[in-house]
Amino acid sequence: MSVTIVKERYAGKIGEVTLGATAEQGGTRTSTVTIGGDSALPFLHFEGKVNRPVIAMEVNDIPPTWNTTLTKQYGDVFNSPGAWAKQCVDDFGADLIYLKLLGADPDGVNRSPEDCVRVVKEVLAAVGVPLIVVGCGDTAKDNEVIAAVAEAATGENLLIGVAEQETYKTYAAAAMVHKHTLIAQSPLDINICKQLNILINEMGLPLNKIVIDSLIAGLGFGIEYAYSIMERARLGALGNDKMLAMPMFCSVGYEANRTKESNSPIEDNPQWGELDDRAVLWESLTASGLMQVGASIIMMRNPAAVAVVKKNIDELMSV
Amino acid sequence: MPAKLIRRYIFQVNRYDTNGYLLILNQLERGFKMALTGLEIYKQLPKKNCGECGVPTCLAFAMALAAGKAALDTCPYVTDAARENLESAAAPPIKAIKFGNGSVMGDETVMFRHDKTFYHETTVIIQISDALSDDEVSAKLAEINGLEFDRVGLHYSVEGVAVVNDSGDAARFAKVAAAVAAGTEKSLVLISNDPEALKAAVVPLAARKPLIGEANADNYEAVVTIAKENSVPVILKAEGLDALSDLVEKAVTLGYKEFVLDPGSKTTVQKLADLTQLRRLAIKKKFRTFGYPVIVFTNHDNPLDEIMEASVYVCKYASAIVLKTSAKAHILPLMALKQNLYTDPQKPIQVEEKLYAIGEVNENSPLYLTTNFSLTYYSVEGEVESTKIPSYIIPVNTEGTSVLTAYAAGKYEPELMWETMQKLGVPETLKHRNVIIPGYVAVVTAKLKEISGWNVIVGPRESSGIVAFAKTLK
Repeated sequence: MSVTIVKERYAGKIGEVTLGATAEQGGTRTSTVTIGGDSALPFLHFEGKVNRPVIAMEVNDIPPTWNTTLTKQYGDVFNSPGAWAKQCVDDFGADLIYLKLLGADPDGVNRSPEDCVRVVKEVLAAVGVPLIVVGCGDTAKDNEVIAAVAEAATGENLLIGVAEQETYKTYAAAAMVHKHTLIAQSPLDINICKQLNILINEMGLPLNKIVIDSLIAGLGFGIEYAYSIMERARLGALGNDKMLAMPMFCSVGYEANRTKESNSPIEDNPQWGELDDRAVLWESLTASGLMQVGASIIMMRNPAAVAVVKKNIDELMSV
Repeated sequence: MPAKLIRRYIFQVNRYDTNGYLLILNQLERGFKMALTGLEIYKQLPKKNCGECGVPTCLAFAMALAAGKAALDTCPYVTDAARENLESAAAPPIKAIKFGNGSVMGDETVMFRHDKTFYHETTVIIQISDALSDDEVSAKLAEINGLEFDRVGLHYSVEGVAVVNDSGDAARFAKVAAAVAAGTEKSLVLISNDPEALKAAVVPLAARKPLIGEANADNYEAVVTIAKENSVPVILKAEGLDALSDLVEKAVTLGYKEFVLDPGSKTTVQKLADLTQLRRLAIKKKFRTFGYPVIVFTNHDNPLDEIMEASVYVCKYASAIVLKTSAKAHILPLMALKQNLYTDPQKPIQVEEKLYAIGEVNENSPLYLTTNFSLTYYSVEGEVESTKIPSYIIPVNTEGTSVLTAYAAGKYEPELMWETMQKLGVPETLKHRNVIIPGYVAVVTAKLKEISGWNVIVGPRESSGIVAFAKTLK
């Protein structure tokens, strides 16, 4: 007997967002990345269009304080953001670079906005893929830094951020004036997520220039909250809620690697097994869970995990 | 309820019975959904209105059944066919299948965890080939038995061991199965296509209630019969949903229903599609043929790829997964994922309210207050640990809510904070009189200072600010 499979008919779809701009488009990228456009739940090809999630690898403007389980996989690149980015693209297959300007932190190196601009230009020159650029996390400083970066990279269509409920205006204005795309971040709350998209859109930034970051938690530390919020947002978007229908960004590398499970050596926790594979899988499974509920951009740090996730994406995209 | 259905409802009621109608009005107050189910039940009843069940009419009896206030057995005239229809209609959309040492699969009711919750965590099973030597079998089994993990106050353990008949030898299979059974208390799965081998292995182990398989289109009569005779559940495997549906329907005619399905899909993406369809058909279409738990075997041999593959099936609808790797570093992340996703979204996990010591603390160590919502607590704990400054943390009991939610609900008042600090003996433990509170509740500073006499330090709003904040502590 033949079984009639259940195909959901959705009224809406995820908006398409293109990151980066080639010379013809006013930038200097050798390629662009397009995310979104999905008209089905993740990887259910029998139901509609499924777009491929992309990997953005993290680069900082100062040497990282990461665990050696990560740093030993890289070459001597941490003093040169350009070389670091180039290794991520050439050796590890990053689709984009996520440049976090940690050096701008007033409590740290306290780099000037001009210095930050120089780093962004160095990375732009070193790689041809699109860039995500975010500040150090200090609200006042980031306002200055991102405004300067946005202006200096006019036309590059960077993905800049992060715009939050309290701070979105500067970022949205910078994105509009200098032709960039914006990360809109909300604190694990689908209502604030939607509201922020509406506010940014009302300022005049088109919906196809917004990427959602509804915040995530790492595996073992509340990933289920992010999982359900993203799944609800995805279902809402497919149900034709245009204010939730942007592609989603997930800071997987950051969240997965700040857990004890990604850092504790086997000597401290013999019960957990050896650290290298554990850390690879902690990051990979954080990515996997979120890809199953609609993540479009996966920010990662562990090159071995990037390889595992890319292979899984290949499998899930081959029909 | 749409108006059209209500009209149909009233029409049928008037036509059949006025007493019933009054009863239905009572039922309507309890909810339309239940009343409709009552109608479906009514269709199956003898409609004699004899009253022998203690309720005046069959319709009223149907309503009582729907409301769970009566038992079908009190009707002396219900036919066997009607009984079976009703029992299957009342059954959950996915049958619960139990095996081994307390393993339960299936009995799920929703597609998405936010719709309600997922109930029975994916059963993780690790396979041992009977083609291994005796020493290799016992080494692998020892490794599997050692898969016990403690993290964030929770304990995880792997549920099952599958013995796989790769040797093609019935006697060898039975011998390895017996050795594995003797060497573990975990639930057992016995896998062979050869009915003779299965019979040899399962009969001596029937008391352990192993899950057996696989029954396929060629051997199902023999294998399902072995399962039935030994009262153990059996895996039905066919490639593709059409073939699987044929197999289930044939197997059901053997008078046994303790099934677990394996769609036999070859690739990760096809397994995801099949698992999704099996769940959708069972839950959304109430397609009984697929109303059983689903088991999958991973395709990958490389353990990192294998766990990544398995994580897809944990998210999307596998009731059980059979793995090859048994290394702790590989299994722990998968166990964490399934535990996370099967957490009831309506019941936040809480941590015990006590004085937690992070690092080598002493009487001069700083003291942080947070809430007992586990996500909040463990975020704070992780950051406090990163400060490398030995510290104390108290998760005040806010009934598992985060700082802002707790404060908004009046569950995070200065009186409660001070009461908790006293209850936990903080004034005796610490020499200093400084307490750090979350930045989001800076507003309670004055009040807490007043009632406790302690110096109140306002910490960062987000736990991510703790490391920078700690540098400012004297």
